[in-house]
Amino acid sequence: MSERAATYRTIHARVRHRRSPLSRWYRRNERTVLGIAGVVSFFLFWQVGAMTGVIDPFFFSSPVDVVKAGAEEVVLPRFWNDVKVSAIELTLGTVAAFVLAVPLGIAIGWWRRVSYTFDPWLNFFNALPRIALIPLVVLWVGLGIEMKTVIVFLGGFFSIIVPTVQGVRTVDRALLDVARSFKASTVRTFTSLVIPATVPFIITGVRIAIGRVLIGVILAELYAQTDGLGVMIDKAADALRSDRLLFGVLLFTLAGIVSTEAVGYLERYFQRWRPSYEVEEGL
Amino acid sequence: MTTELALSARGVHMEYRDRSQASLVAIDNVDLDVKDGEFVSLLGPSGCGKSTFLKIVNGLLKATAGEIKLRSVKAGREDAMVFQDSALFPWYSVLDNVAYGLVCAGVSRKEARKRAEPMIDLVGLQGFGGKYPYQLSGGMQQRANLARALTVDAAILLMDEPFAALDAQTREVMQSELLRIWNAAKKTVVFVTHQIDEAVYLSDRVIVMAARPGRILADITIDLPRPRQLDVKRTPEFATYEADIWALIASQQQQRVPAPVQAVRPVVV
Repeated sequence: MSERAATYRTIHARVRHRRSPLSRWYRRNERTVLGIAGVVSFFLFWQVGAMTGVIDPFFFSSPVDVVKAGAEEVVLPRFWNDVKVSAIELTLGTVAAFVLAVPLGIAIGWWRRVSYTFDPWLNFFNALPRIALIPLVVLWVGLGIEMKTVIVFLGGFFSIIVPTVQGVRTVDRALLDVARSFKASTVRTFTSLVIPATVPFIITGVRIAIGRVLIGVILAELYAQTDGLGVMIDKAADALRSDRLLFGVLLFTLAGIVSTEAVGYLERYFQRWRPSYEVEEGL
Repeated sequence: MTTELALSARGVHMEYRDRSQASLVAIDNVDLDVKDGEFVSLLGPSGCGKSTFLKIVNGLLKATAGEIKLRSVKAGREDAMVFQDSALFPWYSVLDNVAYGLVCAGVSRKEARKRAEPMIDLVGLQGFGGKYPYQLSGGMQQRANLARALTVDAAILLMDEPFAALDAQTREVMQSELLRIWNAAKKTVVFVTHQIDEAVYLSDRVIVMAARPGRILADITIDLPRPRQLDVKRTPEFATYEADIWALIASQQQQRVPAPVQAVRPVVV
């Protein structure tokens, strides 16, 4: 009998290389390093392009010019007035939207009859391009802060109320049974179950609202031409000052980034009972 | 007095209507008496109305006909539910989940937590009061679920397939744990399950139910000595109970299948 030796393919374990300290540091901070590299190279490309003429500074300015324009602006009282006006409009409109949208959204989501009554209006106003209402709101309250605050409010309110209603309607039925089984009062059911379960939806609404209120305030200011950073942007364009214009745009962008970060922080605070965040940080 | 009834159900009937107005009888005329301190299992296939019956007792559902009497208690609740999928509030710590029933009853949060502590110890969750539910295994979540019902100090525990979602080994551990806790807490238990061995092992009486319409087939007294260890499952008496109940359920299955199906033998190659 011929002897045929069986052959095997070996599957090896992972080979562990000894890495240099620099390489280990890089692997730990890869996300930050590459993120910074991406941003820095963009600005570098922009600056060098503007200096060599590849990019026309008349239309696109350059990072250094934008910073210079910013330095010119921050010493002007007019600039700070514009910042104040835009900030008031944004804050008042957004806070009012949140304070009204959350309770009303919870009521619509919870009580069937409230929902039947408000649903048609909710759908109507949600479909309505609310920016088209600017001229009407001007007729009511003029071209001042009031009108722009109303436009901000409209943008924020519907962005928050729609997901809030959705959140209440998707509360886990098994948990509702627990509340009912232990004879929880309506108030207790809200505080212990409906509101905690709806928080992620409300936060999603606020995220959408951040974008909407910024669009709202800029459009309203462009339309009204009274004061605010939107007006500053428009005047800069009239004066063919793309550096000043981009500085204004940058400020709105910063407002968006800061509030998005703040919401992310709140979200992590409210969601600390969820496993996903710890896992994410561990990676 | 052990002869007193903790629960007495007469002519309980539950009927649903779907959109075409066709009616579905979930429970048909069920009578059931449960004595004080007794451990009774409702055993049957899905759709036999066993969970529905439990929800009617708990007040989560209203029956279409019949009545259920629960013996009144001086303080606290007559009955408390242990839910199927633990149903813990994910945003509450284990301690706050266990205290939930008391908080709902108007007890201050501080006092409720104080009274929840010993129940957490009783179910074997010492040191886990501060954890969130997601940090617990399935078996531990069911322990918390049980502790939540025990904390309101109800006379009757209603348990709705509490171990159905657990793996086989954890389930066995939880069964013997439940007997230990039942012995310590001196409660009446109505336990819903579709597992024959679980019902026989735990119960004083097994109520075998059938589906479409949901009804009681048999009321079997389990005469095995207590306290029972898990190895009672390996005794011939236990096997006889299991076989009898299985035969009863199988006879029902055959009635509904028009032509008896030949047992399929695995093809041996």
